[in-house]
Amino acid sequence: MMVIGLAHYLAVAAILFSIGVFGIFVNRKNVIVILMSIELILLSVNINFVAFSTHLHDLGGQVFALFVLTVAAAEAAVGLAILVVYFRNRGNIAVSDINLMKG
Amino acid sequence: MDLAVLLPAVAFYAFAGAAILFAFGVVAARNPVRSVLFLIMTFFSAAGLFVLMGAEFLAMILIMVYVGAVAVLFLFVVMMLDIDFVEMRQGFADYLPLGGLLAFVLTVELIVLGASWSVSGKAQELRQAPISGDTDNLRAFSEVLYTDYAFFIEAAGLVLLVAMIGAIVLTNFHKKGVKRQNISAQVARRAKDGVELVDIKPGQGL
Repeated sequence: MMVIGLAHYLAVAAILFSIGVFGIFVNRKNVIVILMSIELILLSVNINFVAFSTHLHDLGGQVFALFVLTVAAAEAAVGLAILVVYFRNRGNIAVSDINLMKG
Repeated sequence: MDLAVLLPAVAFYAFAGAAILFAFGVVAARNPVRSVLFLIMTFFSAAGLFVLMGAEFLAMILIMVYVGAVAVLFLFVVMMLDIDFVEMRQGFADYLPLGGLLAFVLTVELIVLGASWSVSGKAQELRQAPISGDTDNLRAFSEVLYTDYAFFIEAAGLVLLVAMIGAIVLTNFHKKGVKRQNISAQVARRAKDGVELVDIKPGQGL
């Protein structure tokens, strides 16, 4: 219990991942909180990468975590830009109304 | 109890507990502004975990990129849009049982998977960028980032460039009916376009 190893960090990442999935489920009407939940999920993935990387003394995992950070930042920027444009056109951002493309 | 064992354990449990509590605050907060603030605190706690693991560089990057840029971006958007957030929370209770069950099952599965993990014997030979024992994290990063992973870091820069251009193109908005300076039209203007010589006959107007 007191010696912190790989399993402890994996458990934290697992709980954060589940909280992210839970957030997507319960906040189905609020796109902003859904985007934040996705950020939580990506953070838990990063914790996994860094935990394995430091456990195996291999830097590849940390470099990959850096790329996950990059993609997450790009995703947040583009997602929020789409949200702002959508709000300008429609006046609200309710998820249930986003059906213009009839997908 | 040995202090060298106790202190990291205390720090780990503090950071991990804080990260989990704040992450729960992100999804459960009534006000999205509070969600964003909880998200910032989650990233701070995760950065603490990264430092404990020995990934100092990524911890600093996490604070700079997420707290300094992404979370502030979220904060701007939440405060800029005029939305009825109370209406958005409707259906929270409806999805709570299913979401809670799914999250619980997922957590148990992932923890069982993680706890039963054993590293393969071949893992040591398959490492891509092994860290030798005495180099610190920043030096080890600097040795591989622009050599072995040079093309990948260029690709990451390209992703950010595309995202930046995409966000600008998406949100760029020209209002109709506003007078703007058109520099090319000004430069292209010649004297014969602006001045006209008119022969006026005596006794007549224009």
